[in-house]
Amino acid sequence: MSKQMTGAKMVVQALKDQGVEVVFGYPGGAVLPIYDELFLQNDIRHILVRHEQGAVHMAEGYARSTGKPGVALVTSGPGATNAVTGLTDALMDSIPIVVLTGQVPTFMIGTDGFQEADTVGITRPCTKMNWLVKDTAKLSDTIHQAFHVATHGRPGPVLIDIPKDVQFATADYVPADKAKVSHYQPRTEGDPDQIARLVEMMEQAERPIFYTGGGVINSGPRASALLRELVAETNFPITSTLMGLGSYPASGKNWVGMLGMHGLYEANLAMHGCDLMINIGARFDDRITGRIKDFSPKSKKAHIDIDPSSINKVIRVDVPIVGDVTKVLEEVLRQWRARGSKTDQRGLSQWWKQIDEWRSVKCLSYKNSTTTIKPQYALERLEALTKGMDRYITTEVGQHQMWAAQFLGFEDPNRWMTSGGLGTMGYGLPASIGVQIAHPEALVINVAGEASWLMNMQEMGTAMQFRAPVKQFILNNERLGMVRQWQELLHGERYSSSWSESLPDFVKLAEAFGCKGIKCDDPKDLDDAIMEMIRYDGPVIFDCLVEKHENCFPMIPSGKPHNEMLLGDADTQGVIGAKGAVLV
Amino acid sequence: MSALNIKKGSTSHSAYDLRSALSEVEESHTLAVIVENEPGVLARVIGLFSGRGYNIDSLTVAEVDHTGHRSRITIVTRGTPAVIDQIEAQLKRMVPVHEVQDLTAEGPSVQRELALVKVKGHGDHRIEALRLAEIFRANVVDSTLESFVFEMTGTPEKIDAFADLMRPLGLVEIARTGVAGLKRGV
Repeated sequence: MSKQMTGAKMVVQALKDQGVEVVFGYPGGAVLPIYDELFLQNDIRHILVRHEQGAVHMAEGYARSTGKPGVALVTSGPGATNAVTGLTDALMDSIPIVVLTGQVPTFMIGTDGFQEADTVGITRPCTKMNWLVKDTAKLSDTIHQAFHVATHGRPGPVLIDIPKDVQFATADYVPADKAKVSHYQPRTEGDPDQIARLVEMMEQAERPIFYTGGGVINSGPRASALLRELVAETNFPITSTLMGLGSYPASGKNWVGMLGMHGLYEANLAMHGCDLMINIGARFDDRITGRIKDFSPKSKKAHIDIDPSSINKVIRVDVPIVGDVTKVLEEVLRQWRARGSKTDQRGLSQWWKQIDEWRSVKCLSYKNSTTTIKPQYALERLEALTKGMDRYITTEVGQHQMWAAQFLGFEDPNRWMTSGGLGTMGYGLPASIGVQIAHPEALVINVAGEASWLMNMQEMGTAMQFRAPVKQFILNNERLGMVRQWQELLHGERYSSSWSESLPDFVKLAEAFGCKGIKCDDPKDLDDAIMEMIRYDGPVIFDCLVEKHENCFPMIPSGKPHNEMLLGDADTQGVIGAKGAVLV
Repeated sequence: MSALNIKKGSTSHSAYDLRSALSEVEESHTLAVIVENEPGVLARVIGLFSGRGYNIDSLTVAEVDHTGHRSRITIVTRGTPAVIDQIEAQLKRMVPVHEVQDLTAEGPSVQRELALVKVKGHGDHRIEALRLAEIFRANVVDSTLESFVFEMTGTPEKIDAFADLMRPLGLVEIARTGVAGLKRGV
């Protein structure tokens, strides 16, 4: 029958039963009993971080690269509040993570005790669900429920707040298969009638496009495989959001590149001009749609999403399909094949001709230099020199992130970890460690900007301690590049606080952490320097000094439609400057 | 290098789209939300409304199934049809929410509110207050020589009408429960 144990032991037992192998965490007064139990066992590995925000981003990196939930363990009060950014990040990007927080003992709750914070109150809006467990008898059941909620339906972060007396008290352990999870069973099968409508539209479409997002990746590798079948058999073009990169291979012949604010010209114009848009697991984010009124005005739209609240939230669609991408795509393929796998060949070939014309604009071209490293060039070389390797990429947030999305090619899902919805500077370094812990033999590179990277650089200590040979590829322009770009284009070139002064010497910083530092500022030396980084057996901080004033193009300014893209600096010149008008 | 062509008053120099929502007609809807009665559920539901900028005109909540630990939250909210749909979808996806009914959209319903209305007065005003109370089927639940407390149930409109009539007769204070509602029929 059921076994009696302390709450602290229950936590460890429940994690083991859920298949958890790694916990990212930081101890403190209110979680000491749990740390005691971790000390007494060898099944679960604990990665000691340097800041709780790092723990949550590591759990996210672990989750995004494995498809399994990531786990973080932090103490009460400041431990919990430091986890808030990571929780919000995971909520926005639908990443399954389970965060355990310590809490002051139940009899002290509400007395403003030492390191007390209203953790469930603070984290309620940034979790899919959270619980304060006041009774040890309910603890193991709640942990199992938490894993169920985090990984079912639209994935997301959950949090369990555990007072210290609950960790010490004893009760019966409820095994995973006895836990009460039946009340949360989101629908996964799409409505066959709606799918039939979509299939009919696919047969008749002259200018169709697949617009895919992170939902394809969250649905699991089978969803990507089905998507590839569907694209190959229909010969429809496919674009993806930042979050969905890798679900269809960048080398695939129907790939038209990422869409959105810094997406490719051909992808955005295809979205604008299509007559059938098939949204698979994306959410019509404002970085994607631009001006809503002018978003793809002539198309019929279908939307496949596991979250009913995503449908019709921003864009009204004609065919809503609530369900899991894998199951819906299976049914789409089944129905479409059963009806003879028909498409409008003539229309499609015209459409591809149009897309090829847009492609010929070569929107990613940039002016290279023989004396300065252009950030785009640095990424082109990184791509060329690491292609075909067992490679995972994380990023920070800003220009470098967009260039990485544009210039690196992703052939498989779960290989690209980036903070999309929340845009969290400081995400990439800890995320890269989380990825490396999950894939010890792989090449894990964090493409960073120097400003973002500094936000969580303390985690290099974690990388060193746990021998995570993460490569920090910092495109150092000594500027907050994206902020600077917006100020240049939209705020009259008033560069208010957007340069990085008093930067550390990154090579010496690397040495201080005990890892390798590489500095490169000459395009001629770049290949050798990148190879040196790849070959080094350990963490590397690569200080790549790049052009300081490069702007990221193409760009759709906020509030503009897809067909008003800016392709380069030339497009932005002299538009109102001649009149000396002051920007509003 | 210069700036983009941005018209005065435009909001497109923001990182966000600041345009106002499409101007459609706002409707009032009464939603019944059946939730697991556990700590924090009401805060989660209310947080959804404040966090996403929806209105709450009235809200009532009580446990309705003591053995099954189910509470019923009745919310009166306002918004365009698209917003109402979105509110419903957002509520439905919350983990502790079992069921959401739009009492306004899903056919006829009964909606009632209870109010306690304190009126102070002498002479003719006092008599007139009593007469009107009778017409509105309000009961006197407390009485002194110079005041009454009336208890009445009805639609929010009926209570508004009664309160308006009592105002010149010496309305002192009013307490309202907010709307509770059920679908008509089975």
